[in-house]
Amino acid sequence: MTDVTKDGLVGERPGREAMIGAHGTTERLRPRRGKRRGGEQLMVPPAEPVSYYGKPVLNRPVWSAGDIAGYLFTGGLAGASSVVAAGAELTGRDTLARSAKVTALGAISVSAGLLVHDLGRPDRFYNMLRVFKPTSPMSVGSWLLAGYGPAAGVAALTDVTGLFPRIGRSATLAAAGLGPAVASYTGVLFADTAVPAWHEAYRELPFVFVGSATIAASGLGLLAAPLAENAPVRRSAVLGALVELAASHRMEGHGLVSEPYAEAKAGRLLRASKALTVAGAFTAATLAGRSRLGAAAAGGALLAASAITRFGIFQAGLQSADDPKYTLRPQRDRLQSRG
Amino acid sequence: MTDIDLKAMLYGAEHDVARDAGYPDAPPRMGFFTDTSICIGCKACEVACKEWNHVPEDGINFTGMSYDNSVSLGADTWRHVKFIEQPKSLGNNFAGLQRAPVDLGMPTLTRPGDELEADQASEFRWLMASDVCKHCTHAACLDVCPTGALFRTEFGTVVVQQDVCNGCGYCVPACPYGVIDKREDDGRVWKCTLCYDRLGEGQEPACAKACPTESIQFGPLDELRERAAKRVEQLHESGVTDARLYGESPDDGVGGDGAFFLLLDEPEVYGLPPDPVVTTRDLPSMWKHAAAAAATLLAGIALCFGGRRS
Repeated sequence: MTDVTKDGLVGERPGREAMIGAHGTTERLRPRRGKRRGGEQLMVPPAEPVSYYGKPVLNRPVWSAGDIAGYLFTGGLAGASSVVAAGAELTGRDTLARSAKVTALGAISVSAGLLVHDLGRPDRFYNMLRVFKPTSPMSVGSWLLAGYGPAAGVAALTDVTGLFPRIGRSATLAAAGLGPAVASYTGVLFADTAVPAWHEAYRELPFVFVGSATIAASGLGLLAAPLAENAPVRRSAVLGALVELAASHRMEGHGLVSEPYAEAKAGRLLRASKALTVAGAFTAATLAGRSRLGAAAAGGALLAASAITRFGIFQAGLQSADDPKYTLRPQRDRLQSRG
Repeated sequence: MTDIDLKAMLYGAEHDVARDAGYPDAPPRMGFFTDTSICIGCKACEVACKEWNHVPEDGINFTGMSYDNSVSLGADTWRHVKFIEQPKSLGNNFAGLQRAPVDLGMPTLTRPGDELEADQASEFRWLMASDVCKHCTHAACLDVCPTGALFRTEFGTVVVQQDVCNGCGYCVPACPYGVIDKREDDGRVWKCTLCYDRLGEGQEPACAKACPTESIQFGPLDELRERAAKRVEQLHESGVTDARLYGESPDDGVGGDGAFFLLLDEPEVYGLPPDPVVTTRDLPSMWKHAAAAAATLLAGIALCFGGRRS
């Protein structure tokens, strides 16, 4: 028997030298046809390499859509709400500030809950803080949550109870500083994978997500704040929508790998979210300054749009991983252009 | 440890993975060379792997994909033998399908192919290949793992620590080859360990040990690369010009595979990505874009609060 040890090989078998395609050659039995000679000859022109029985090259993301798309939506809502809270507090818009802080705490709690729920071993969630790895967006995100969550919590509790206002102010500012990172890092979370639709969109995804987070926080502000205080969130709703729509447009322009964003379930979700974004932003810019009902309608549409965007992008990743052509064709094209 | 080039740890050729991972006196990097030209499709590797590693059953299916009923690598399939049937000759080999019929003196029955003219009949070859985790130089699964459950061993291989993994599943879409996967009833991710337990005892991995034709060869990666280069030359000389190596080059998109292959057709035919690139190549740029997006959010909302109170 062969043994391969760290010191080398012992007792190699001769089989590995077997000459396939040489042994047992029966040249005389070959039909004589034209100029055919031995060696590699094809009966038919080589078909374009396809795939292995149409099976995906990649393993499909095992995340549940409800958990992870929900995690992205609530994380974005929380992160941007903390920025709105700080802005409102510093400009004396108390109702808006308080609702944004409470939203941030509620949303980030749900977010963390969804993340833990998605784990295969939820009882080991604390292993997320076992190491700090900049190469792992999920590690960076866990540490961000560990810093941001308590800040958002203190900001909300001090506001609601009226206790420790100076600590509350620091926490509000800390949450506003970390919140944008909570909203944008999830773009890296998706992009740092082999899923073509996600990876190729790595420049745009963080911008889509912060735009989407901004309209969600603005929407919540429109729902919660009185007309007298909602001018800033009306403006941010429009700004967020513009950023998101522009970034989405670019994200969907990467040729073949962007196809899943326009097709099937992902395409339907993303078209719905865009329609809601436009409708919500338009209502925010027009009716929401005059009518409470208009503000509520705009807010609801924007929140729904933001949630649906995350589900759509999540779904596009699944479609991208499921069809081998998205993995194989760009790589083959790259090889060919390299020559 | 001090002279580590951080950029080279994400992408490109990396000379000594084990040392870069913190083993100052690491043994040589070990790996697999799977020479598919001598694979006979016996699946002894699949069985040996399951037996040694206590890998659970992966579905009793009949797929209709030639002799392949285990479909793909996954949590419960760490070696996977692929079968591809092609109307093509294998080097100088002749499938015999176009032979003039021989009269066996049997009652008059037509045999398949009898009615075909010689130029209608086809040639045939059967490709078989045992796929496995590639143990990449730049392993995306390892890089994205948030818990440190995936780690680089002293042999340069990539292994999951099952007592640490919390089943976050990030490694699954990160792998450019579709190797690692989550075992649903267990909650954690699993893949080939290159028999880490056996290597520690100076033994070769179970699949290589069981392979009757030595299609699966185990050894120091440097030696395997030399041997593979010779083998390709040998095959080319004998007319098998299709033979090519896959994953052996340290200059490829994953810095070279610790488990590489000799294939007889394009990688796509075997369901392998022809030019995989580790996703972390672009990670520095991803973080920059995320930082810019975060700054945009902060500045954008601040702008909306600017100006007079309306």
